Parts: sequence; C-alpha cells; structure tokens
Amino acid sequence: MLELIKNTKIDFMGKKKIAFIFSGIISIIGIIAIIQIATGKANLGIDFAGGTAIQLKFEKPVVLHDVRKALEDGGLKDFDLQDLPTVNKILIRVKNTEQKLGQTSSEATGILSRKFSDNKYVVDSTTEIGPKVGGKLRADAAKAIGVAVLGILAYVAFRFKFNFGVGATIATFHDVLAVLSVFYLMGHEINLILVTALLTIAGYSLTDTVVVFDRIRENMKVRHKEPLESIMNASINEVLSRTIITSLTVLLTSVALFFFGGEVIHDFALAMIMGVVIGTYSSIFIASPTVLLWGRKKTFARRP
Amino acid sequence: MKKRIQWRFILIGATLMLAAVFFLPNTPFFKEMPDWWTKNMPDKGITLGLDLQGGIHLVFEVEGEKAVEITTERMAQSLKDILSKKKLNTEITSKGLLITVAPSSMEIRKAIEDNYPVLTPVETGTNIVYKISDKEAKRIKDNAADQALETIRNRIDQFGVAEPTIHRQGTNEIVVQLPGIKDPKRAIEIIGKTAQLEFKLVDDVSPVAAEIPATAAPGEEDAVLKKFAEKIPSDDEILFEKKVNRETGVVRKIPILVKKQAALTGDLLKEAKVNIDSSRSGFPYVSISFNDAGAKLFDEVTAANVKKRLAIVLDNTIYSAPEIKERIGGGNAQISGSFSMEEAKDLAIVLKAGALPAPVKMLQNITVGPSLGTDSIEAGKMAGIIGTLLVVIFMIVYYRLSGVIADFALVLNIILLLGAMASLNATLTMPGIAGIILAIGMAVDSNVLMFERIRDELRAGKTPRAAVDSGYKKAFWTIFDSHVTTLITAAVLFQFGTGPIKGFAVTLSLGVAINLFTALVGTKTVFDLILSRRDVGKLSI
Repeated sequence: MLELIKNTKIDFMGKKKIAFIFSGIISIIGIIAIIQIATGKANLGIDFAGGTAIQLKFEKPVVLHDVRKALEDGGLKDFDLQDLPTVNKILIRVKNTEQKLGQTSSEATGILSRKFSDNKYVVDSTTEIGPKVGGKLRADAAKAIGVAVLGILAYVAFRFKFNFGVGATIATFHDVLAVLSVFYLMGHEINLILVTALLTIAGYSLTDTVVVFDRIRENMKVRHKEPLESIMNASINEVLSRTIITSLTVLLTSVALFFFGGEVIHDFALAMIMGVVIGTYSSIFIASPTVLLWGRKKTFARRP
Repeated sequence: MKKRIQWRFILIGATLMLAAVFFLPNTPFFKEMPDWWTKNMPDKGITLGLDLQGGIHLVFEVEGEKAVEITTERMAQSLKDILSKKKLNTEITSKGLLITVAPSSMEIRKAIEDNYPVLTPVETGTNIVYKISDKEAKRIKDNAADQALETIRNRIDQFGVAEPTIHRQGTNEIVVQLPGIKDPKRAIEIIGKTAQLEFKLVDDVSPVAAEIPATAAPGEEDAVLKKFAEKIPSDDEILFEKKVNRETGVVRKIPILVKKQAALTGDLLKEAKVNIDSSRSGFPYVSISFNDAGAKLFDEVTAANVKKRLAIVLDNTIYSAPEIKERIGGGNAQISGSFSMEEAKDLAIVLKAGALPAPVKMLQNITVGPSLGTDSIEAGKMAGIIGTLLVVIFMIVYYRLSGVIADFALVLNIILLLGAMASLNATLTMPGIAGIILAIGMAVDSNVLMFERIRDELRAGKTPRAAVDSGYKKAFWTIFDSHVTTLITAAVLFQFGTGPIKGFAVTLSLGVAINLFTALVGTKTVFDLILSRRDVGKLSI
C-alpha cells in the first residue's frame, strides 16, 4: 500500500489564531479588490470595461498565433483576438486604458505593419466597444451569489447544524476572496475567465469543507464526551490523506493547464492552482475553527 | 448477489449506449450512418460556443434619431391633453423633430415650458416651434441604445440561442455574436423587428373611408397614400393590412383608415403566447394578456367602442382589424393573421421581449472564428489531455488495481457527461469546460474518499469484501452531502445567471448528478464483480 500520509496527530485547531489573522488580512484585501472592481478602479478586462475594436483585412491568410505573438512582443497588453477566416480578416479588441481610441489603434497597427511587412492589410474599422458584461448581468450575478449562499447555509444547517453552515459559507467566501486578492495585488486582469475560475474554486472549496464536516459529525456521535475541539482535530487528521490526494489530483490537472494550455487559459490555471491550495488550507484552518467560534460547545450534530 | 451485479452491468451498458447515441452527431462517424439513422435519431449534439467555434457576427445600428422623433410625437400628444385640460385653445402638430404650436400665448408657453423644460423654442412669434434640447436628444439616443441592447438580449434568450455575446459598440451600434446557428435569417428577423404594438381604432365614419380602395397590390402603397394625403382628417392615417392567400401565396394589401393616436400600446403587455385555433383548421394565433393598467384601459376602450373596428398594428402594419363585438374585460386579446406557426412563435417572442425604442438597421453580417482563438483552443485541448493522463496515471500508481477502477469511473463519467450535454443540445464554452473540470475533480475525489475509507477498514483488520462494503456505506453520506451542496450552487447559478455563467452551471450540475451515479453504482459494481469471482484474500488498493 502506497501511502503519502500516515497516522498524523497535528494540532490544527491550536493554530487557529495565526490562521484567522492571516485569513483576515487576505479577506480584507479581497474585499478591497471587490470594491475596486465595483467602482471600476481595478484592472478590469474588456469583458467588463469595454475597449477598442479594430478590424483588419489582410491580403493573405494570417495565423492567429503569429498575430498574438507579434502584438505581445510589441508590448500591447490586454487584448482579445478573433479571426473572420473566410475573408482574411482579424478582429482585435484592446482594453480601454488612459490612451485615446486613436492611439490604441495606431499602436496595434504600427506593430503589425512592422511584423507583417509581406502581408499588407487595411484597417476596416476602429470603434469604441461597450462591455460584454453590462450592469444587468452583474446585478444578476450578485443576486445568484446571494441566493446560492442562502441555499448552502440552509442545506448545511439542515444536514449538520447552523454554525456548520456558517463555517462552510465563510470558508468558501474566504477562498474566492483570497484568490481574487492575489490577482488584484499582482495587477492581473479581472475578466470572465477569472470569474469562471472563481466559481470553480468555490465549488471545490465547498466540497472539501463538507467532507471534513462529515467526518466531524461522524466522530461527534461516537466520541460525544470529548471536547469539540479535539474531535475536530482528530477528524481533520483522519481525512488528511484524502484531502492531500484529492488536492494533488486537481493540482495535476491545473498545472498541466498552466504549462501547456496557452496564454488565454494561463490565468484560469493559475487561479485554479491557488484555489486548490487555499481551499485545502481553509477547509482545515478556517471552516472548523469558525464553527467552533460561532457555536461554542453546545453543538451536537444531527443524525443523517 | 450475482444476479444483481448483472443487472447493474446492464444498466451501465445501457446508459453508455444512450450517451453514445446522443453524442454521435458530434463525431465524424455521424456522416457514415445510414439514412434511417440520421432521420430518426438525435442529430443535434453539443453546440460549441462562440469562444470555441465562432459563429455569426452581426452589427446593428440603433436609429437614435427615430427615438427622438417618437419621443417628440409623444410629447406633442400629451401636450394636447394638458392644454385642453387647462382649456387653452391651440393647435399642436408634430413633424419630425419639431412641435408647432399655433397660435400661442404667454400662458400657453408657460404651460408647455413648465411641463417640458427640455423643449427649447427654435422659432417664436404668433406660432411657436419647439425642439427637444440637444442635451435631452443625446440622452434619449443613448438611452435608446441601452434599451435596445436589453430588448435584443431578451429576444435572443427567448429565441433559445445559448451563449450569445451582445454588447454596445460606439455610441449607437450593437454587436450580436451568435454561436453557429443553423437559421441566421430567422434570428436576424427577430432581432430586427421593432415590435411596436399598437391598437388603433378604425375610422369608418369619415367620408374619406368610403373612397379608399378595397385592396392595393404590393408596391402600390405609396400611390394610395399620396392620393389621399390631402383628404384624410389630420388625426387619421392610412395603414395597410397584409393578407396572404394560403394556397397561392399571393400577397394583398388592404388600406384601412385608422386614428393616428393609439388607443393602447404594447408596453402594457404582460404575456404573449402562441395558440392554435382549432375551429379554423389549426391556424396559429398569438394570444396576449395585458397588465392591470392595460386591462383597465382595454376594458374602457372596448366598452366605449362596441361595434367599431379595432386595428392591431405591429410596426405600422395591420395584422387584423376585428370588430369589437362586446366590451372585453379581463385584459385578454388575440392577434390572428395569416401567419405560419414559426411566424406566430417569433411574433410572440418579440412581443414578450418588448418593443425596440427605435428601429435598428443591420450594418454587418459576417462569420467569425472562435473568440478564444484557434491557437488557444488547440493548446487547451492538449493541456486537457495531458492533465487527464497525469491523473489517470497517478491513480493507478497510488491505488493500483483500484486505481484502474477509479479510472474506469472517470472515463464513464466523461462519456456520460458528453452524452447528457448532447441530449440537451447544450452549448459548450470555456466556462462549461471549467464546469467539467470541477465535475471530474469531484469524480476523482469520490473515489479517493471511498478508497481511503476502504483502506481504513482493511487496516482495522476486515476482510476485503467487508472493507469494501462498509467503506462504501461510510463514504456514501459524505459524497452525497458534498454533491448536493455543489448541486445547489449550480442550480442557483443556472436560475439567475446569464450567458457564460449559465453554461458553467449546466455542465456542473449534469456532472455532479452523473458522478453520483458512477461513483455509487459504477465502481461498486466493478468491485462487487471482482470480489464475487473468487475468494479474494487481498485487495489491490
């Protein structure tokens, strides 16, 4: 039997103070990031901020990859590429910066003229574009998140206890906020792909937390004379090998995406890698301690 | 015991077959299939989203100037009401962007400018000509584009194109990208209809009404309008009813004299749906219902005009002009005309989604490649395959034979998920793929949970069969809880989310549901099979 983790007896709950301080800080940064995003001050992608669309018609067919590389080497940042293959056209969407419409487009076309000197092109149109994700979509998303939180809270409270629901919700939010705060601090672009990654992370984190809770509930039934804190410690240690192995497999996929997935998926993979690490950490150091703080000792889980 | 395993195998086999049948249209083999198959079996499969396969790229221009004109006309109408209530006698006419008030007095001017400060006088004298201020005109245009965006989004959502991209471009353009749809013409028509629904009373009493010809050939409309332009009363207009002969397909236009001012407009609509008229050999019609305010108004209008005809006008074309036989309360009405089922459906869609604040004009209709870029997709595919292989290998190394079983469950999962998506004709996009990744992650997790449990039981000294059984039993509720919580999130996202978020929700919820099946039935069956064959002394885990 190949084993990575053997019987451990780590005092996880004893480290809750350090964990809370650490998580408090990244959560606050995460909240600041959300405020900055809501007020449009963060580095928002074209999906959210809008930008400039430049349509070019080439004489000969062009390879999208070459254009992407040329623009990147030329120092253009935050752009999307789409080709209109039947007519040798490409559509470049560049995010709005402080630059004016004309500047952005001349910068892009300047780079391409230099790189594609043997394939002439004409600029079909240059227009200002609005965000793909408008106000209504954002409001819908906010509503969805609110209802989802209530749903999870209700289910976990029903299956376990109310304070377990609080613990699961807080841990999930914590993970999303943490990844968001890292992206914000690194100045990475906040776009739809990141939002997708955050949703995926929330799903992963929730699963992870519920698995730990389940073991706690099971142990509470057998060892109900012990203090909750030691039951929690024992439970986390018991599921530790599962936690590590699951995290490892998800990490494997994410790392593969990170290294081989190309530029567009790069940020998604990066978010996933961070999400897995943070999700694992939070299911151990945040979810259960929160339950402990919220409910004190009177908590006994309901039978399934 | 053995029999039960057999049945479970059959169940797994059947679901696999079903998935394969649904997914077949997405494979190159579909072209090779015999005719009877392509005709009778599912033929849609999974649609790839805009980000993965591209689609059609449409650019519409919102004619903001028209929105200002419409607003001008509305202001003129309500000014008439306001002034007549104040017993101020004057004639108000609106033409294009101008409202002419003749004659005017200080009192009239004050009343107008108090009510509509946005009106600025451009000509003063005994007659006064007003125009909406430039600032207000700009606001109206801007608003029209925003509103048009929302309306178009609603229409496309109801039309059922999944995963469209819709955004504003410049000041008055709207870009709509639809992933590979089969009937772009119909989509374009649905987007382009202004859908200004009005109910206008037919003027049969005016002497001019009798002079109007009974029918006009297509193309002759302008001639008719010109001929009567001078004769008709100032608050009347001529509109045409389009009649199509169902057998011959010949189109006739019937000119009808109607009141210019609408008795009721479509913004008071609550619902519109298609019904079949069983008495008239199954012709479809659109039944509409008004909201409370609309129902009240409809009740009043029909009560006051019994025996008169009421024209149902959509985008200045009369659909039908039935006689009001009796007062109609309750706020229900129907639009019957000579349209096909498809036309009726499209009409219901545009009515439900509301009118465009101004007409739109299509500027561009081109086919575009994937927005993620062909290169990115190739890279993503490669990475996905590598990632999956790594997991597969890891499971075998770590859990040996049991790892093989987990990998079997993983493959089963992917096939069933693709089949389920194909059966729903779902659209697969990048967020959708993220959902699949999460679902696969959860599939592996379920197996790890069970295997770790089984290992625990083995360590406690149980026999392999007992260890497997109690391991499954103990892991069951954990797996159940973690899946249900994920399912709740997915369901909520599906309900409230739009576009990409919805795609994520669809794949995730399908993945979670399928995973419950493969984790609890799929792998267990294989274990049972191994353990029932011979007396297994050791379990490879």
